Amino acid sequence: MLLYATAAIVLLPLGGFFALLVGGRRLGNPRAGWLGTGSVALSFVATAIVFGALYARPPSHRLFVQTLFSWLPVGGLHVSVAFRADPLSLVMALFVTGVSSVIHLYSIGYMEHDEQFHKFFVYFNLFVFSMLVLVLSENFVLTFLGWEGVGACSYWLIAFWFVRDSAASAGKKAFVYNRIGDFGFVVAMFFLFNATGTLTYTGVFSAARAGHIAGTTATAACLLLFMGAVGKSAQIPLYPWLLDAMEGPTPVSALIHAATMVTAGVYLMTRISPLLALSPVSSTIVAVFGVVTAFAAAAAACAQQDIKKVLAFSTVSQLGYMFFAVGSHAYTAAIFLMVTHAFYKALLFLGAGSVIHGLHDEQDLKKMGGLARYMPITAVTFFVAWFAIAGVAPFSGFWSKGDVLTTAFPQGHIMWALGEFTVALTAYYIGREFYLCFYGEERWRRLAALATASPGHGIGIEGAGEGYEPHESRPVMTVPLIALAVASFFGGFINLPIRPDWDFLSHWLAPVVGPYSYHFPLGLSWAVGLPVMDGAVALIGVAVVTALWWRRWDRPALEPMFLQRGWHLDDLYDFLVGRPGYRAAGFAADRFDPLVIDGGVNGSAGLIRRAATRVRTVQTGYVRNYALGIAIGAVAIMAWVLSRVGV
Amino acid sequence: MGAASTHYDYLLTALVMVPAVASLIVAFTPSAASRLVRAIGSATAVATLGLAIVVGILFRPGVAGFQMVVDYPWVSTFGISFHLGVDGISLFLVLLTAALFPIGLIWARERENVKGYVGWMLLLEAACMGSFLSLDLFLFFVSFELTLVPMYFIIGGWGFERRGYAAIKFFLYTFLGSSLFFVGMLAVVFLEAGHTGHVSFSLVALSRNAGALGGAGTWLFLAFTAAFAVKAPVFPFHTWSPDAYEQTPTGGVIILAAVMAKLGTYGMIRWDFELFPKASVYFVPLMLTLAVIGILYGGIVACRQRDLKRLIAYSSLSHMGFIVLGLFALTAQGTTGGVIQMLNHGLYTAALFLLIGFIYQRWGTWRLTELRGLQAVAPWLAGAFTVAMMASIGLPGLNGFVGEFLILLGTFVSHRWWAVAATAGTILAALYFLWAFQQAFHHRPGGVVAQPAGAAEGPPPRRGRARDLTVGERAIMIPLLLVMAFLGVYPQPVLARITPSVDALIHHVEKGSHYVEPAVSRGRASAVGATGEGQPR
Repeated sequence: MLLYATAAIVLLPLGGFFALLVGGRRLGNPRAGWLGTGSVALSFVATAIVFGALYARPPSHRLFVQTLFSWLPVGGLHVSVAFRADPLSLVMALFVTGVSSVIHLYSIGYMEHDEQFHKFFVYFNLFVFSMLVLVLSENFVLTFLGWEGVGACSYWLIAFWFVRDSAASAGKKAFVYNRIGDFGFVVAMFFLFNATGTLTYTGVFSAARAGHIAGTTATAACLLLFMGAVGKSAQIPLYPWLLDAMEGPTPVSALIHAATMVTAGVYLMTRISPLLALSPVSSTIVAVFGVVTAFAAAAAACAQQDIKKVLAFSTVSQLGYMFFAVGSHAYTAAIFLMVTHAFYKALLFLGAGSVIHGLHDEQDLKKMGGLARYMPITAVTFFVAWFAIAGVAPFSGFWSKGDVLTTAFPQGHIMWALGEFTVALTAYYIGREFYLCFYGEERWRRLAALATASPGHGIGIEGAGEGYEPHESRPVMTVPLIALAVASFFGGFINLPIRPDWDFLSHWLAPVVGPYSYHFPLGLSWAVGLPVMDGAVALIGVAVVTALWWRRWDRPALEPMFLQRGWHLDDLYDFLVGRPGYRAAGFAADRFDPLVIDGGVNGSAGLIRRAATRVRTVQTGYVRNYALGIAIGAVAIMAWVLSRVGV
Repeated sequence: MGAASTHYDYLLTALVMVPAVASLIVAFTPSAASRLVRAIGSATAVATLGLAIVVGILFRPGVAGFQMVVDYPWVSTFGISFHLGVDGISLFLVLLTAALFPIGLIWARERENVKGYVGWMLLLEAACMGSFLSLDLFLFFVSFELTLVPMYFIIGGWGFERRGYAAIKFFLYTFLGSSLFFVGMLAVVFLEAGHTGHVSFSLVALSRNAGALGGAGTWLFLAFTAAFAVKAPVFPFHTWSPDAYEQTPTGGVIILAAVMAKLGTYGMIRWDFELFPKASVYFVPLMLTLAVIGILYGGIVACRQRDLKRLIAYSSLSHMGFIVLGLFALTAQGTTGGVIQMLNHGLYTAALFLLIGFIYQRWGTWRLTELRGLQAVAPWLAGAFTVAMMASIGLPGLNGFVGEFLILLGTFVSHRWWAVAATAGTILAALYFLWAFQQAFHHRPGGVVAQPAGAAEGPPPRRGRARDLTVGERAIMIPLLLVMAFLGVYPQPVLARITPSVDALIHHVEKGSHYVEPAVSRGRASAVGATGEGQPR
């Protein structure tokens, strides 16, 4: 019976959204924030209850569908608002609500000075609702509702500080890039409906298992859905929006653009594992895109100046690993990495937010330095996150990324090698950020002095006057940091490959993805040797970055322009699509439509133009004459018709 | 397709007659009594809305045929009668019409020459109602043409700077289409009369004998469709609409874009499909192609508009393309989607034009180059605009998605590549709307928005210093937005009323042509045939 709480998981944040929409302003700061946090925390509790209820069932019976009402019933199409509690959706719901609760709490502190405080939580709760709909839906269409819903919330939250042009443009860019991906999602649904006559997961997957879906249809659907995933999860070639998305408030970057929304693509590809099983070529394409993105984004992260852009590229890279896992049929590893990544990447972003908050909205790494003395909790937790993402044993990333690489190893040595090299890059770029931020010369001192010397010239750190000193954040912000640091350290323990009964996550997900996962038996020497190698590579990365960036902050040779510009992808799109498209639209709007179509259809544009200059005569005679002409013509044709019919 | 009920037959008559009689009363009221005139206008519009709601409540779902049918002989010699009825296809257009006229008469009313404005608006409402309810081709033609006259005078009388040009262009385009329609109508009636031996303008009779037209149906379809395509508008007959939308006053443009545009698409589904099933199927590729061109072309051109009203005109070209696409998909999902999208497009377009009207009242412009940072000074306005815009973009959870998704899915089933091309149009919608929103609402307040209230050119803001939506303005926006959200989440009551009529219509088209609806869109169960008639022939 407890499974009927499934709908409550979704409805609680929705209730919070409506309450905040109607009464948020009246509740004010900080009570609106507490309401938002509370509704999400309750949703977490509901998820835990459903999780427990499902856990109590035998593994083969861990599926519960709760249908609320019929949404789009037309002819053979039956789309309901129905939620699906199964091992996969509940793992997603659990970490989404868990991480959301923590980041909501943090936001109460981070947004304390903002005039639009309550509005932030309106959007934030709506986002959590949409994300939960996405993961808990029982059909593609409702998932798409959540999918576009999180995209819209992302748009509103990136453009939250809309008076800044860059923020407004970034929000728009995120939405449009996502829409390009969503084109694929929508068309994939059409293919699946056409082939199976249904859009429920149960229906489509049982058709897939029964062999009712042709290989080509499966490939089309998989690749089109992957197109959606590439947009949502910011993979090559659609990743540029995520970099610009860093214009949003930092809690938004942590929750939406690191921990949850961007992982939706990985979730979707895991969900459709029965379809991917029908199309090996799709899996290979997913894996290649994943590992190449992982490498390219990690390389770009090495050269960023902005504290959040390092993390944004890092997110793109880590998501690439997840797709690499999905394409290698290592679905459990993908979800495992997704969960641990949510912990340490949220932690990195919140740590960065704490730094930005402490430095009065400064984001340039080159203007930081030596902050460990002033912000000890932030520094220590950031350090934990660094080792977690780098994959140093026994931090969580070691287990999860190791799982991905070990499973992928037998399926393609070149891709594996690229992935392994990226491990070293990962340790390097976060280490660089860590050193630039927390150690070395206190570069903000010089800039603060500059700002004092010439106020209002935009030099140095804005708002930093005499006696300027960074400060550690309030407990409402540091408590989430500590909680996430603990999770980042221990997160790997949910799936330890040491003893068969310790890999909980694999057992838990087995009913959903088990039949579609590959299990290549590895000899003991490989099974031990590969993880040892992962750990060693990570430590090499740590050693290299320490040698290069410890107490150094300027190494232009290591920050080449093409990496700073993120492989020039934005410039390329601007050159290939942006400018020609703008010109073509201009031609259509200013030349083609008014002159060719308008003129052509009129037969004589001059007639209209002359008519326009003689408005007065129009009122009296012109229309009448015209109408008379038409009437005469009509009578003539009528006469002809009548003569033919003989009435 | 027979008359399903004759109870409550006075209701439909009243829907047409109440505004018509009220407009006559206004005509005989002295011009000086503008407050009385305004009261008559508001009361009539609200009363008509009440009647329409009663019709909506009494309407029996699950019935395919016409309900609450009225049939009085009118010109018996020619088989013309005052024949009204409502089915699932027309029901929501009637409700939409009844819901939007109060907005045009109360929230977007005109200050000058009140008598003329109210009189024309009420006549327009009667004509729109007559068009949607008419089951007699002649009555439909008269109503359809009658919409032209009041709108022409509303544009010419209360429009903006270039109103004369816009009004004449509007008139010529639509009249040209209508003249073809007129000829086509007479040809249909007399060709069928030659076959059956007696003249009738009744939809049911004409539809039953549709086979008698033979090859002439092809040409007659084109004659009818020309009139409908201009009204919608369908590419390439759209160029009157940006000028007309731009120059028409707010109350008029709400009706023009939200209601009168639907006369075109309604005409296609009601008269083209009923009278020319064979030609309709024959011209499916042409109509789908024009629809898709309209979707993409309208979207591309909208991207470069510097003027909110013209932008929505081109966006409407794109969205009306979706409706035509869905109707001519001739599948349960596609055609139903087209019908429900007529309602959806009416709602969000009305909301957008009303909001643009509110912007104009305050800052005297709708040019994107002059507006800057509205969200900072008018958060309510920005919020309402955002919701209406998102509905128009097709965000799931709002009403636009329901129609768009059904249309595209239904089209994919019968005509795959048209659907794929049209789906690309949904990207364009995000592009031009979000760009325009950023121009007008984001950034720091600038342009005329930064000037003190009242400094703007154009009519002085009449609400003193109020920059955000007033309580009265919120009172109309909130219900509109709630209806959009409701229809996005729970469209089932609407779909349940539309689908039976659409199914019957597709069945009629199948009978009159070689077309067979794909089994998948009907569902496996009904492909076997609950009635025994659904099996592929």
